[in-house]
Amino acid sequence: MSVLKIDGVSRWFGNVVAVNAVTMEFGPGVTGLLGPNGAGKSTLLHMMGGFLPPSSGTVTLDGEPTWRNESIYRKIGLVPEREAMYDVVTGWEFVLANAKLHSLPDPEAAARRAIGIVDLTDAQGRPIATYSKGMRQRAKLATALVHDPSVLLLDEPFNGLDPRQRIHFMELLRSMAAQGKSVIFSSHILEEVEQIAERIEVMVSGRHAASGSFREIRKLMTERPHQYTIRSADDRALASAIIAEGCTSAVELVAANHARASTVEAGLHVQATDVGSFVHVLPKLASRHGIRLYEVTPADESLESVFAYLVAR
Amino acid sequence: MNGTVARLTVKGLLGRRRALLLMAMPALLIGLAMLVRALAGQDDEVTARIAGGLGVALFVPLLGVIAGTGAIGPEIDDGSIVYLLSKPLSRHSIATTKAVVAMAVIVVFAAVPALMAGLIMSGTDNDLAVGLGVGAACGGVAYGALFLLLAVVTRSAVLVGLIYALIWETLVGSFVPGARTLSIAQWSASITESIIGKDTAKSLDLDAAVDVGVGIPLLIIVTIGATWYAGRKLRTIRLTGEE
Repeated sequence: MSVLKIDGVSRWFGNVVAVNAVTMEFGPGVTGLLGPNGAGKSTLLHMMGGFLPPSSGTVTLDGEPTWRNESIYRKIGLVPEREAMYDVVTGWEFVLANAKLHSLPDPEAAARRAIGIVDLTDAQGRPIATYSKGMRQRAKLATALVHDPSVLLLDEPFNGLDPRQRIHFMELLRSMAAQGKSVIFSSHILEEVEQIAERIEVMVSGRHAASGSFREIRKLMTERPHQYTIRSADDRALASAIIAEGCTSAVELVAANHARASTVEAGLHVQATDVGSFVHVLPKLASRHGIRLYEVTPADESLESVFAYLVAR
Repeated sequence: MNGTVARLTVKGLLGRRRALLLMAMPALLIGLAMLVRALAGQDDEVTARIAGGLGVALFVPLLGVIAGTGAIGPEIDDGSIVYLLSKPLSRHSIATTKAVVAMAVIVVFAAVPALMAGLIMSGTDNDLAVGLGVGAACGGVAYGALFLLLAVVTRSAVLVGLIYALIWETLVGSFVPGARTLSIAQWSASITESIIGKDTAKSLDLDAAVDVGVGIPLLIIVTIGATWYAGRKLRTIRLTGEE
């Protein structure tokens, strides 16, 4: 078991601040590093993996700095985001080479074990150049696992995987965590992260925006005011019914002739303060008043707006 | 030195069709040598021009650029170097291993063919073939280290390498005599000169701008210094293209 500590770390490139005063600690289990593209996740992972020095603050693994310290790689396994491997060699040769580079006592056995874990035994004799995206991802994981590290760093590991491969890969990571390893991966997709991460660290624009279990993060994200656009058979009647409910804070009625003149869509614009009860109440309301609902659209469900909300808090 | 790094580097350098491509230069040189010997008989001046001018002065730096930058440049460009760097392995041993592989490739594909071309055209007369071969090998070793370092410090290593080898060493050197003393080609030529003798060198237009007492130490300094510095730069190399 290892503890990876990020303490007051900032990293800037020229005038651009990529990571801004971040403090985090990673122990055993799966931790998801969530944030939109350009939030500083990769920069953070690079510093954890010892490929970039922090501009200020410290990144340590079990008390030792990760920068300019090749000995950390005995404990760290790295799955880079980039695709390139040594394409001319076979999967077996490549994983075996990684085992030898670690100076393991029995590299053949270690390579066999790692390839077995990622289920690549059937394809191990083929050159890596012929591998599919999913096989490449598994080959990368095998190289990271070959020395049985206590910390696994993965940069966008689910990118480009199909759903079946994704599920398999997630199961692998989960079983790694069950063995007491610290699994840290980055992703910009909330659904990916909440499926396997026990803990989520949210990064937005280089800052540590939120931290907690996926339920806590989910709650933070769903408890913010939600905008809905509704079209129905009788918008005006529905509007009065909705505002009478406690779960909304504002209702705006935009008539069709008015909408044509402005940029606002015709229909009802509702601001819900409690999304959970609003989505339950709305259909009941409509049926009680005999109003047919044509369309209910959440107006700002994009992840960027969710992140923006978290940061603004 | 690390055997695994060496094997991966050799596979990268000679893998697929690259070995065939590297064979083209020595094949051309040796083919030319046999043709000349068959048609014109033995003529040391022609030997000096073909084995020395083409084989040593052109093919050695050219192969130096190809092998020296090719031993590490593509891995840095595509990011696969991360698999070597994320190991409990001294970065100096990675750099040294890659440099040695590059040097070996240059010696095999450029210096040995120069020696063979010399032997085919002039036999062992005047030690001309040996002198050219040994000079080429020593120069090749220094080129390997220098161009490996270039690939570590700049993404346009091939371009910079070619500019150095073709423009600085040949063109600038022929106009500005001072520039010739700062040239790997001249340092290796000093070794050739000392083997075949100063007078023979002068008569065959193979004389060097520096003395062998200067050339050898400079070759050693550049070789060791460039390899060491490449290892040092590898410790802090930035793996870009991911942000």
